[in-house]
Amino acid sequence: MLGAARRQLGSGPMLGQVLRRLRPAAAAEVARGYSAAAKEMTVRDALNSALDEEMSADPSVFLMGEEVGEYQGAYKISKGLLDRYGPDRVLDTPITEAGFTGIGVGAAYHGLRPIIEFMTFNFSMQAIDHIINSAAKSNYMSAGQISVPIVFRGPNGAAAGVGAQHSQCYAAWYAHVPGLKVLTPYSSEDARGLLKAAIRDPDPVIFLENELLYGESFPVSAEVLDSSFCLPIGKAKIEREGKDVTITAFSKMVGYALQAAEILSKEGISAEVINLRSIRPLDRAAINASVRKTNRLVTVEEGFPQHGIGAEICMSVVEESFEYLDAPVERIAGADVPMPYAANLERMAVPQVDDIVRAAKRACYRAVPMAAAA
Amino acid sequence: MAAASFTAAKFLAPVAARSGGERAPPLPAGASSSSFARTLRRGGAHHPRLRTAFAVSSDLLAGNKAAQAAATHPAVTREEALELYEDMVLGRVFEDMCAQMYYRGKMFGFVHLYNGQEAVSTGFIKLLNQADCVVSTYRDHVHALSKGVPARSVMAELFGKATGCCRGQGGSMHMFSAPHNLLGGFAFIGEGIPVATGAAFAAKYRHEVLKESSPDGLDVTMAFFGDGTCNNGQFFECLNMAQLWKLPIVFVVENNLWAIGMSHLRATSDPEIWKKGPSFGMPGVHVDGMDVLKVREVAKEAIERARRGEGPTLVECETYRFRGHSLADPDELRKPDEKTHYAARDPITALKKYIIEQNLATESELKSIEKKIDDVVEEAVEFADASPHPPRSQLLENVFADPKGFGIGPDGTYRCEDPKFTQGTAQV
Repeated sequence: MLGAARRQLGSGPMLGQVLRRLRPAAAAEVARGYSAAAKEMTVRDALNSALDEEMSADPSVFLMGEEVGEYQGAYKISKGLLDRYGPDRVLDTPITEAGFTGIGVGAAYHGLRPIIEFMTFNFSMQAIDHIINSAAKSNYMSAGQISVPIVFRGPNGAAAGVGAQHSQCYAAWYAHVPGLKVLTPYSSEDARGLLKAAIRDPDPVIFLENELLYGESFPVSAEVLDSSFCLPIGKAKIEREGKDVTITAFSKMVGYALQAAEILSKEGISAEVINLRSIRPLDRAAINASVRKTNRLVTVEEGFPQHGIGAEICMSVVEESFEYLDAPVERIAGADVPMPYAANLERMAVPQVDDIVRAAKRACYRAVPMAAAA
Repeated sequence: MAAASFTAAKFLAPVAARSGGERAPPLPAGASSSSFARTLRRGGAHHPRLRTAFAVSSDLLAGNKAAQAAATHPAVTREEALELYEDMVLGRVFEDMCAQMYYRGKMFGFVHLYNGQEAVSTGFIKLLNQADCVVSTYRDHVHALSKGVPARSVMAELFGKATGCCRGQGGSMHMFSAPHNLLGGFAFIGEGIPVATGAAFAAKYRHEVLKESSPDGLDVTMAFFGDGTCNNGQFFECLNMAQLWKLPIVFVVENNLWAIGMSHLRATSDPEIWKKGPSFGMPGVHVDGMDVLKVREVAKEAIERARRGEGPTLVECETYRFRGHSLADPDELRKPDEKTHYAARDPITALKKYIIEQNLATESELKSIEKKIDDVVEEAVEFADASPHPPRSQLLENVFADPKGFGIGPDGTYRCEDPKFTQGTAQV
């Protein structure tokens, strides 16, 4: 049974986590054995190395935000950058989101490539006028004269017990606006590749990280570690191939979806997990191709359900692959409430692996009886 | 820090001759029509706590001939005077034509005219180089013209034609011109201030980090905004950061006393905006914004300061808009005597009078400049009329700078796989 599990799962830590639920004793041993093959890197180190390499390659790249310099980053993402690049390129700002975001946009208008860090994306609401009105719309309003090569990055979504004002997911808000590119990395490979692509991109990019993923390790190949590695913006990744139901997810939910896929496979449902990576532009081609193959769709997101990412994906599939659907699209999202503080309520307000499993089963039992699968 | 302060000696001299050092009388509370009867500001150069609070005399009492005679004007050459005159007349005639065109239905949406404030735009922008930046608000037609954007491009943009400076995609409130370093045109008040601060930051960064230097000094950025904006949080955030990082920027307040229908005095706890500069450590200067030569003198000093790297200056220009907030504004709240008072101080009439009295040019030369400007603006209207509307294909263009979008190059391959994608070498 362990052998089968090892073959099906792609990445070491996921194996470890899933097995911990089933066979705690054996889990650690297997995880160690598997991950010895590839180098591991935390998401934090992946982001740090991407920032380091891009700042080194292009002197017009600079980092601005609260605590990015002397504090080494509120979440230590920018550790060591102040020492390497000096206070002219790694700027600690006063607590003035609107002001320093606007300054970043103005600098981008005028030939530099700023990276603006928000301590969390909740604070970006104080600067959202500049993100939307001065950054996203400028290339269009100026008919191509003023492009804005800026990256807005920071942790997004729920953390652990931080309350309603620190836990909102902004993917749907920013993905709504034409003129922005919105990226949501999951693994270290995603973090590195997408951040490097975002910094090199000539348009405003919203880079939504996740605080709870910062400490997680993922295996990275030598290609990922290369300094010119980057990933295309607008392309999703099939994290796990399957043929019965498609599960789309982004950021932390990809991990949950993979765990759910593992549980489903025990029950004979082969789930295909798509890591969206890019919310705007959405990789509609990949999602539709997958749905045409599996005929069922479950969308997973952490944010509020109404007008969310799942709604857009569902509509895209209805528009392009309606005849292929064998069951209504299932949407898993966070609860439609501001995030509560109490730990048990918070757990109920955010999707869990069980929710994804139940939704996938609902999608599979709806139209046709489920075929027994080995 | 104190040593590098604004050298306002030449401004304080006429004031000091009249002032006894006593503080200016407080403004009457709740006054609206009498708001313009403020008298001389006193400078605080000698006062240790107000060490950077300088002010320029701004004699506002109409008809006070003795004071006016005592206020010396700085010398200006004939060429400079004619350039200033031509620019102000262009601004005025253009804006009047905009009003006409709007009422004829050629122009639409929100149009905010600059009549009466020309001295500020001309006084500041005519001192700038091409590499210096201007960031403005929705009242930006004349800033664009002063910065060198051709009148026909601005008019075509207002008509929404494809030959406009932004191909009809921006409109009246969003004038952008990369070759002239006009960085907008913003509809939200206060939005342009951080953007201007960012452009100044870029200028300083290029000089210090990228080591691109110019013999003139740093490239300077002008941020133009109004009295209503000075109560907005972003204004204060940027005063702080600009002074903190000594950015080459001049914050120009066009205080025309009204924010749509909200009088400055009703909206502001301390209406003397120039005083907010010293709170952040930068000089705050008040100038008569209806007098282009006084504005120019202050502008010269502020711009030189910024070029030398001494940091920002806050300049409050007392000015007035002769028309309503926009062409849709019935302008009922402003009292007629306030309007007549300022109409009597029309900057163009004042400069014309000065030029003739100082024998810098004859009446007929000025008339021929006016005729030339009339022709320019007429031609601009004809050009805009004759220009085509934007083609349908233009709707979806320019959302992103990356033309194929999404990191995919023109030949269909991923840009990230192109070895030349990153300029420079990545050394880790």
